[in-house]
Parts: sequence; structure tokens; C-alpha cells
Amino acid sequence: MSVKVELSRRSDFPLLENQPELVYLDSAATSLKPRSVLEAERSYYEECCANIHRGLYRMSEEATRRYEEARHSVARLIGASDPDCCIWTSGTTDAINLVAYTWGEQNILPGDPIVLTGLEHHSNLVPWQNLATRQQARLRWIEPRPDGTLELDNLDELLEGARLVAFTWVSNVFGSISPVQEICRRARAAGATVLLDAAQGVPHLPCAVEEMGCDFMAFSGHKMLGPTGTGMLWSRRELLEAMPPFRFGGDMIREVWRDRCTFNELPFKFEAGTPNIAGVLGMGAAADYLLDVGMANVRAHELDLLTYARECLGSLEGFELLGPPLDQHSGALSFVYRGIHPHDLATLLDRENICIRAGHHCCQPLMRRIGMSGTARASLSLYNIRADIDRLAVALEKASQVFKGVLF
Amino acid sequence: MISDDLYREIILEHYAHPRCKGKLEAPTFRQDGVNPTCGDAVTVELDVKDNRVVRAAFEGVGCSISLASASMLTSLIEGKTLDEVRELAATFKKRMLNRNDAEPCPEQLGELEALDGVRQYPVRVKCALLAWNTLLGALEEAL
Repeated sequence: MSVKVELSRRSDFPLLENQPELVYLDSAATSLKPRSVLEAERSYYEECCANIHRGLYRMSEEATRRYEEARHSVARLIGASDPDCCIWTSGTTDAINLVAYTWGEQNILPGDPIVLTGLEHHSNLVPWQNLATRQQARLRWIEPRPDGTLELDNLDELLEGARLVAFTWVSNVFGSISPVQEICRRARAAGATVLLDAAQGVPHLPCAVEEMGCDFMAFSGHKMLGPTGTGMLWSRRELLEAMPPFRFGGDMIREVWRDRCTFNELPFKFEAGTPNIAGVLGMGAAADYLLDVGMANVRAHELDLLTYARECLGSLEGFELLGPPLDQHSGALSFVYRGIHPHDLATLLDRENICIRAGHHCCQPLMRRIGMSGTARASLSLYNIRADIDRLAVALEKASQVFKGVLF
Repeated sequence: MISDDLYREIILEHYAHPRCKGKLEAPTFRQDGVNPTCGDAVTVELDVKDNRVVRAAFEGVGCSISLASASMLTSLIEGKTLDEVRELAATFKKRMLNRNDAEPCPEQLGELEALDGVRQYPVRVKCALLAWNTLLGALEEAL
């Protein structure tokens, strides 16, 4: 993608227009939203603010049409051939909890091993920890190396008897890309079901969910240019049909008597109550936006930025990148700089209008494993440009002046 | 070393050369504190005799603000009665949570006045208070 295209894309993001001095490098926490996403939400409330799947009037039909069209858009983005297998959730956490409370309760038995990696965000760890406690199951760990890549030499051993393998596509701390197909292939050969946490993958990498080999995939709307409070669970039809509902109430039923009910078909069986309709339309618009740019172009642009950032920041005295080799790198750059505590760095960079994340990144067990209390993290998206990296480099050097004579 | 409203010289000095850092042999009170939002952790230890802090020490990992605050805390409370320590902690906490610049810093806070600038950075107030909340936790045992 040429610089010209990058700049035209930047003008799609009202926040960048409103704050031209801002350097936003925290997209792994949440991404900025393009105008089309905001417009999709606004137009729902202003043009067809009716409930879905109920009304017998045209405005309700229009709302239902937009809602289901959004599902098709996100299905296209992830390469899912059957939109009925794409369940709206409030985010990745909600999607993972859905699986833990339905499939997990049915299939995880006392003593069963659940295999996780040491890279997991709390959202793909705590639900399984809690399930393991409820079902007296055991957790096993694929260990990360210090650069965020995974140690797979003992994977077959870990997979022995495993019922479930849950792991992240891309680490939110290191930006390291997991070898998804290899882990899925070996896990399924060992008889395990696989859940992929794609929260940091879908916004950055081309996705063909049916070819990746996982059984479940969870991701969020707000990290892929969509609104907060949106997300999706994808799974295979036979798994979803065998699972009990997660939440009970309106819209997820077919017929209700005083003492019993029958459940609706997919995907509605898992979508009880009036959903976040405006949010869903926004997430659909975000998927359309990404499809329009093309995920291969998004990846190419980010690789260009990562290459530049690794060069430019890497040449600063005392800068140490915590991350994988470039070809396995996506999205997030974690680093330490001249011994300055990440919080001090974040405050000093904020003064220069640069937003980075500092701390444990919701990965406390990982931080303990690498022997750190936290890192500084700059994370990228398609609206970032090389000039953002230049500004970061200058601001880091300026920040270091505060601690000259104190730390070095 | 350049200094500004937040990173005052006294703070950086305490950060570079913390007072009372380490462990006591047989502390009367020992308390661990963590800041769950950032993972910073501090341990405060006190030797108390006749209701008076004879020695104080801290250990921990954290940013310049949290460690400088811990260092100031331990050096300030030595020799004070437990009631005086509680009062100092209460006064400091109240000051940190008060963003009104017009009010002068209470004289009682002494060099803690250096942390005044932190009040303009709400997310960092927790850093400045970590050691103090940990201290108050330790003193609850003393009641």
C-alpha cells in the first residue's frame, strides 16, 4: 500500500481528523472506528429503529434485513460459508464463556486435561480455570519462549488425553503469530476440540476459518474497527446443534408453554433477548470496510510498518524489542527502554500526544513467566503511518532525558 | 536529570537512591500490596515498640512514582507513633485525591509535597498511594 493510500484511509477515521496531533498506538486494546461504522450505527437509530425478528411492519423488516446482512459480512470476512454458524456475542470474552458454559459443561469431565498456552489473555484463561474448578478438570500449558513463540517440542505429550485445546492466534503482548494450522492438526489428531482466540488475529491477518482446523473461533468487533460490545463465535454446525443454549429468554425459543419450551434454530438459539442491534450493524460495516481494503493489503501495510518500526526503534540506545522474528510478527510491539518503567514511559509519551499501553496487558501469568511486571506496548492498525513511528522514536528519546542520571 | 511538575528532583532522587529499602529481620508487621491494574507490587515491613515505629522498610517493583512514594513513606514514619502514622497517611491520601490547586499542601506532609504534581495524572495517583494503602493494611492488624 502506498503512502498515498494510507493517508486517504486516515481521513476515513473521524477521531484522527478531530485530533490530527494524536499518535494512536493502542489498537490492540481497541481500534479506532471509520466513518462507515459510525454511520451504520447512527442510521439504525435515525432510520429504522425497530426491534428485529418480530415486527410485521416494513421498518422492522428493514432492521432484520440489515442485522442479517451484517452477519453475512462478518462471515465473509472470516471465510465462513454458513452464516448460521456465526453467533453474535458481546465480544471475545462472551464468546469464550458461551463455549465454556455449554460445550464445556457437556464435554469436560473430571480429570480431563484442558491445554492452554502461557500466552493467553485472561479472557482465554479464566473461563477455563473456572470450568476446570467446576468439573474437576486439569489445565496443561504449552510454554511460550521469551520472544512470544510457542515451544511445541512436547506438544504431543501435552495433548495425550486432552479434551480441549484453547489458544490465541496472535499474542496481544508480543504480537507473535501462533502456528494455528499445526496446533489444530495435531490437537484434532489427538482427539481434542480446538478453540481459537482470534481477537488479535481477525483485525490484522487474512482469515479462512474453515481451513484453519479449529472447532470454535472467538473474536471481538471493537478490535477490528467495529463498536465496543460486539463480537462473534464461529463454530461447526454439528457442534453448535449439539450444544445447549447459553442464555434463555426471548428470540432463542420456538414455542413456549408454562412448563417447557423448544429452542429456536441456529444461530438464534444462542442469541437470547434484544441484541446490540446498532453495534452489530457497526460490526458488519467494519467487516465491509476491511473487505474493501483487503486483508492481504492490511497485512502488507502492517508488515511494512513493523519492518520500519523494528529498524527505527531498534536503533535507539537501550531499546529492546520483546517479540518474534518479523515473519511471525503482527500488530503489537512490546518493548523495554533504558530501564524506564513502562508506566513512566506511558505518561511521558502521553505528554507528546502518543497513546501506548503499559503494564501486564491482562496477561499476569505470562508476565510472571518472563520475569517482568509489565512491558510497554505500541500496537498498530491500518490507519498508522511511518510518521507515527518517527514521532514515537523522538518522544522516547525525549522521555529518556527525564531519567538521565537516575537510571543511566 | 531534568525535572518537571511530575518528575520532581526529590522524586527522582528517592527513585534512584531509595531509603529504607530491604527487609527487616523480624518485623512486627508485614504487608504485601499490589496494584491490580498495572501489576506493581510493594511489601511494607514495620518494627513497632511501645506503639511507635522504630524501623520501617519496603521492597517492591514499580514505577518511579510508586517506589519514590514508598521510600518517602518509610523514611518519614520512623519514630512516629501509630496514631501519628495513621494521621499522616490519611492526610496524604486526602491530598492525593484532591485536585484543587488553590489549596496549599498541608505542612505536615513535608517532602511528600513533591508528589503534589501526581494529582494532575489521575491514573498515577494509584501509584503514589500503593505503599500508603499497604501501610494502612499493615496497621489494621495493629488495632
